[in-house]
Amino acid sequence: MLSRTADHIYWTARYVERAEFLARILEATLRLSSLPSNYGGAGTEWDSAVLTSGCAAAFYKAHPYADEHNVREFLAFSPDNPSSIRNCLAIARTNARAVRTALTSEMWDALNGAWLELRQFDNKKMGREDFARFLDWVKNVSLAFDGSAYRTMLRNDAYWFSRLGVGIERADNTARILDVKYHVLLPDTEQVGGSLDYFQWTTILREVSAHTAYHWVYRQSVQPWLVADLLILNRQMPRSLAASYDTIVRHLDLIADAYGRRGPSQRQARAMLDKLASARIEGIFQSGLHEFITDFLRDNNKVGAAIAEQYLI
Amino acid sequence: MAAFDEMGLGSDAVRPAYRALKIWLDSAPPELLDLRRSQAEHFFRRVGITFAVYGDTQDTERLIPFDIIPRIITQEEWTKLRKGLEQRVNALNAFLRDVYGPRECIRAGVIPADLVDRNPFYRVEMIGQKVPHDIYVHISGIDIVRVDADTFYVLEDNARTPSGVSYMLENREVMMRLFPELFAEHRIAPVDNYPDALLATLRSVAPEAGRRNPNVVLLTPGQYNSAFYEHSFLADKLGVELVEGSDLYVRDDVVYMRTTEGPQRVDVIYRRIDDDFLDPLTFRPDSALGVPGLMNAYLAGNVTLANAVGTGVCDDKAVYSYMPEIVRFFTGEEPILKNVPTWRCREPEALAYVLDHLPELVVKEVNGSGGYGMLVGPHATQQQIQAFRKKLRHDPAGFIAQPTLALSTCPTFAASGIAPRHVDLRPFVLSGADGVRCVPGGLTRVALKEGSLVVNSSQGGGTKDTWVLDA
Repeated sequence: MLSRTADHIYWTARYVERAEFLARILEATLRLSSLPSNYGGAGTEWDSAVLTSGCAAAFYKAHPYADEHNVREFLAFSPDNPSSIRNCLAIARTNARAVRTALTSEMWDALNGAWLELRQFDNKKMGREDFARFLDWVKNVSLAFDGSAYRTMLRNDAYWFSRLGVGIERADNTARILDVKYHVLLPDTEQVGGSLDYFQWTTILREVSAHTAYHWVYRQSVQPWLVADLLILNRQMPRSLAASYDTIVRHLDLIADAYGRRGPSQRQARAMLDKLASARIEGIFQSGLHEFITDFLRDNNKVGAAIAEQYLI
Repeated sequence: MAAFDEMGLGSDAVRPAYRALKIWLDSAPPELLDLRRSQAEHFFRRVGITFAVYGDTQDTERLIPFDIIPRIITQEEWTKLRKGLEQRVNALNAFLRDVYGPRECIRAGVIPADLVDRNPFYRVEMIGQKVPHDIYVHISGIDIVRVDADTFYVLEDNARTPSGVSYMLENREVMMRLFPELFAEHRIAPVDNYPDALLATLRSVAPEAGRRNPNVVLLTPGQYNSAFYEHSFLADKLGVELVEGSDLYVRDDVVYMRTTEGPQRVDVIYRRIDDDFLDPLTFRPDSALGVPGLMNAYLAGNVTLANAVGTGVCDDKAVYSYMPEIVRFFTGEEPILKNVPTWRCREPEALAYVLDHLPELVVKEVNGSGGYGMLVGPHATQQQIQAFRKKLRHDPAGFIAQPTLALSTCPTFAASGIAPRHVDLRPFVLSGADGVRCVPGGLTRVALKEGSLVVNSSQGGGTKDTWVLDA
């Protein structure tokens, strides 16, 4: 398959995943910000959302401070933010269009339909309720696109590259939530359960759609180190770092088998998975959660670069 | 001027080929026809032809209108057309071989040297070069018009990168879905083997054909090109990679494409970009669409370009006027397909005649295409005629003139109901190392505006499915 084709497929999947991630960040932040301020922290939830989305530099260049109004606009609709939801969907569609015949018509319809519908949403006329409905819609677009990929694509390299895009993007997104919020997960003197941070922890869970899953997995009230465990090491949790690397390694192996050649991306991804598989959350806290996350973000980028180097250019 | 209607609309006698269709049209309730028309449009929007533009407001390209009433050609008519097309394309190939080689046709006085040498599409880089299997025009679209029951004319030859074949295929697809009963009543020659025929043609002209499985690719300028849909559609049907210039590179005069499994050698490039943009090292240095070094690989005989470089000479309308002589010279046969009588304004007597008769003639730029830069005398205003008079005096060699033909009409849906509209036909002719292939029919274009003779989609033309009835 052409490298450019693989590249377009990979980035289509990444941008759809990123759009959904932004929708979940905004959704969780809206919820947190509607709590009375003595439950929600110091009123910095919109700053957190900007930091987590990874576009802080561009945002603060344009805005002196973050509030619901300008963050909503910037993260969801702004044409000036290259990673706004609107731009993510537009870029995903442009990538898809360039390799239209490498996708199934269901995938194309999901993306093209979304892109056409997107124009109906006007942030200026949107109340909170309408905005919440918009975020639901974004999540549904991602579900429809990903579901079509899963249900309709041939299981060949095109499919595998799309899964790699999802895996790398997810790992990056989850790690970025942890990078911004790690401090609220650190053990402190607050009493468990009564902590002010409780709502921060549940917000993190909502950002990865794991609020319910948490209770099924741990069967106890929300504890910060278990939130970290769920997001980092739990392989059942589809957005955890470990599960993302399960996906990445599996599909890189399928590609290597099909092409009869392994390379740096396979070795690096396998090393990442091995590290996650053998780690314990206590150990991670002991040697420093923040350092762990910073290293992970860097290494995940390296795996992405290795994939690009090996296959996409 | 009464035009010949191919169904017999406006006369008492329905022509035999259209009998069953006429009965069906007369008996079909108007609601059904309306429903089918909107279904056809929906089909094109959803699956097809417009995905590149569907819903785009930035790059507003239209859906090319599709008329559901088919255009019918009998087997007898087609057989004659096909023979004529084959003869003409063979002559075009021989002509190109000659003008880039021994130039016998010029020495024999068949065509003036300056028409070749000063032609903007004549490529000096190709002089004295050999192209794989001696074939220049692998894919051509020969535009045909009809004026009465027996007379077909060639209107122009498209020997560069003719487009429209995806419409031919999609039009048939939508008709078979919407009108299965009509297909049951007629014996209609299929066209869906075109991609197979094209692939066979392209594979046959690979350098050192038979050495191994030749790798064929389709080279597109990219998704912002107006014909991108057709490129991606054809690549998909052919089962070949759709590549952009940046996907290819040349090393040691061999072309490779960048794949996820490393470099892969390319043998045949069905290119849908013009000569000028093929290779920035040889042609336009600012072209980002092409592949640096491609021309060297081509001239070294390591890759086949389809069509060859420099075929645009045949698209020139002044060269066109010499086609009857060219056919005779190279095939030794009488041309089966007629040319429209043409005045070459470069010749003083012809120019004088044209200037005296502008209101009744069609005047065309020799290098124009797409229906632009032409004067249709009978439909022109005084000012337009005056403007052309000036242009002609200023640059007579830049123009040819032809009588205004009464192009045949076909019944077509119009606001007022079913009405006659002028049509032409673009059959697609394939020339490979193993012979000429031509699927029955081609693309029928229809001028949707009442009385209009301009069928180009850029000028408000539409398309129809073209049926060649099997014997």
